[in-house]
Amino acid sequence: MLRIAWDCLAACSGCETALLDIGEPLLDILAQARIAHMPLLMDGPAGGLSISGQSGIPAADVGVLSGCLRTEADVALAEEMREKCQTLLAVGTCAAFGGVPALANQHALSDMMDTVFPLAQETEVSAPPLAVPRMLDRVRALTEVVRVDMVLPGCPPPPEMLAAGLTSLLDGMPFHLPERSVCDECPTRRERKSLATIQRPLEAVYSRPGQGLGEVRCYMEQGFLCLGPVTMAGCGGADRVPRCIEARVACRGCFGPLRAGADPMLDMLGALASIGLDPRLIEDRAATFRRFTGAGGRLRPLSAAREPTGTAEGGAS
Amino acid sequence: MRRIILPALTRIEGHGKIIIQLDDQGNVADARFTVMSLRGFERFCAGRPVEEMPRLVTRICGVCPWAHHLASAKAGDALFGAAIPPAARKLRELTYMAHYMHSHVLHFYFLSGPDLLLGAPSDASGRGIAGLLQAVPGLARRALRARQLGQMMTRILGGKAIHPDVAVPGGWSKPLTGTEVGALKEMGRECRDFAAFAIADAKQEVFPRYLDEWGSFAPITTGFLGTTRNGALDLYDGDLRMMTRDGGYEDFAAADYLAHISECSMPWSYSKFSYHRQAEGFSMEPDRPAGVYRAGALARINVCDRIPTPLAQEELEEFRRAFGRPAQSSCLFHWCRLIELVFAAERALELLDDPEITDPHTRVPAELIAGRGVGSVEAPRGTLIHDYKADGRGLITAVNLIVGTTHNNAAINLSLKAAARSLIRGGTWDDGVLNRVAMAVRAYDP
Repeated sequence: MLRIAWDCLAACSGCETALLDIGEPLLDILAQARIAHMPLLMDGPAGGLSISGQSGIPAADVGVLSGCLRTEADVALAEEMREKCQTLLAVGTCAAFGGVPALANQHALSDMMDTVFPLAQETEVSAPPLAVPRMLDRVRALTEVVRVDMVLPGCPPPPEMLAAGLTSLLDGMPFHLPERSVCDECPTRRERKSLATIQRPLEAVYSRPGQGLGEVRCYMEQGFLCLGPVTMAGCGGADRVPRCIEARVACRGCFGPLRAGADPMLDMLGALASIGLDPRLIEDRAATFRRFTGAGGRLRPLSAAREPTGTAEGGAS
Repeated sequence: MRRIILPALTRIEGHGKIIIQLDDQGNVADARFTVMSLRGFERFCAGRPVEEMPRLVTRICGVCPWAHHLASAKAGDALFGAAIPPAARKLRELTYMAHYMHSHVLHFYFLSGPDLLLGAPSDASGRGIAGLLQAVPGLARRALRARQLGQMMTRILGGKAIHPDVAVPGGWSKPLTGTEVGALKEMGRECRDFAAFAIADAKQEVFPRYLDEWGSFAPITTGFLGTTRNGALDLYDGDLRMMTRDGGYEDFAAADYLAHISECSMPWSYSKFSYHRQAEGFSMEPDRPAGVYRAGALARINVCDRIPTPLAQEELEEFRRAFGRPAQSSCLFHWCRLIELVFAAERALELLDDPEITDPHTRVPAELIAGRGVGSVEAPRGTLIHDYKADGRGLITAVNLIVGTTHNNAAINLSLKAAARSLIRGGTWDDGVLNRVAMAVRAYDP
């Protein structure tokens, strides 16, 4: 029986919630595999409360890690999992590309700690903690730190994709990610030219009450920035309709780039120009285009001059 | 001096470590629950457009993304001065009730469940989801289905169950159709039946086994923080109520939280500690704690005068008859979670019966205004506050977040110390003892 070890780096547990969202088919997967380690959902063999100071990670056929690397403890965990697991699976966009936490890479670490633990905030004088794992200078994706055998992107990956990925491992079959973009699966109507200049999503996309998505004009052609053209498809799961499009809001790229190594920033500039939209009118461009892909050097500290006003004091009043 | 270190506390969301310091006699000198990582949302959200915040902050927690999503949308409403349409408010609350179904079932049955339902399995690795499916397959499958129903409902309502983006400053982007209401009502009724079963079953099979023991091993006495609307339990909106340990309380608007709550940090945890400003200072000394209050299900049940749905109100009355107000035992968090489960299911059905729920007018345009906006909801784990400032371009300049576990951080540490002191004596302990200690932390669903 295949032994699985599953652990989390700096993460939100959304990938693991998606695992539970598989529902009934998860019981079939659990029947074919033995989860040997998964601190979020079970104790370890020697007591989840192993007192040895050790991680308690057993050798396993398949290791699964979600999350990005934020501290030295995350690096140690990633390395131990790599060593003990035959096949290592990176689950979710944080592990694959850094994810939302990699937005922190726009700031020097000291700047982040000074903001979160302000010395002169009216709530309380406080200082950053010391007796805790040391922070890395920047957020890293799992793929930057150890060799990864398989990546399931998504924030989170939809339950159907997680089930398919795990099943392919159980069956020893290769698993293929979609080679399509979100636009390729988007049901909205495209005419390849924009109706309006680019605008912030402060009002609803235009659609008449009761209108199906197939009759609604492409959100970006309505002037709302959408990262669909540069984002890998797959978020729609079984019914294939991209999730954010279904919620009547534009894509922000949580599945990461279409091809490994592609830069959504550059490709997006082309996509905007092709329908006559001016990317210079987009606020907060870099952090929006690279919202989920800020690891691997894609997001770097901004120069001091470009810092938004007011943040230097930090905190709220 | 010896230390017992539990490097990664299991069955909690996030990375928590327990360190227990023993004295020369092998008794507990000190114990700490420490949070081992920090992603820094308060820093990297600055500079982002306000309207993007509700879809960024979801990533703080994948177990309770809807809490962050809605608190953020409400902060955006406040910042932009948007008066959202009635249907938007109702859709947000309805979806939130379905989300509670997922979160509370997950905690009661699958995170704390192995402690509550399995007794003491000989192999500790049996304390988990696989162990539950083996030992109590009928109950485990039923609970899995109930949690899944909650997620299916949020998926229908909001497009995405985990990390949603349907709530926006100005309202809600996806109106609900009549066909969808039909499907949701059927699921909602199944949720209500499950919730009613869950609390009846737990009162018979689970709580009687633990109450005496729970009362004795980790007693602490604190204040409580929760949200009420005209005194009634409300998970989506209302005033904050800070109750002191003697049961007196003060109500205040969430936007005024800084006048009542302070935060500080300790060198040994990445999570901050919040405390009641009106108390005399802040102390986590077990013998004379100061400023410590609890948030979450137990706090909400303590601070509310009533619950506005019939079955949950009956449960509240029974609970109060048994434990008084405020009830202090942290183990009663579990009981209160199930009362809230009943309320969430009943409230979802009420909202689904409201004809306005399918009104297509769910969003007003937001206007870029510089200023400050505070949004709060009751997250499953406790009062959640999002406080944003923005400049005239509608870009965030400062963010302050207080999450459920920050409110509870001091109380968790107090409960941990109390449990460790009463259970570990003379340098002896085993896995069962340490799991009892961990249960004192897990009760908070940190």
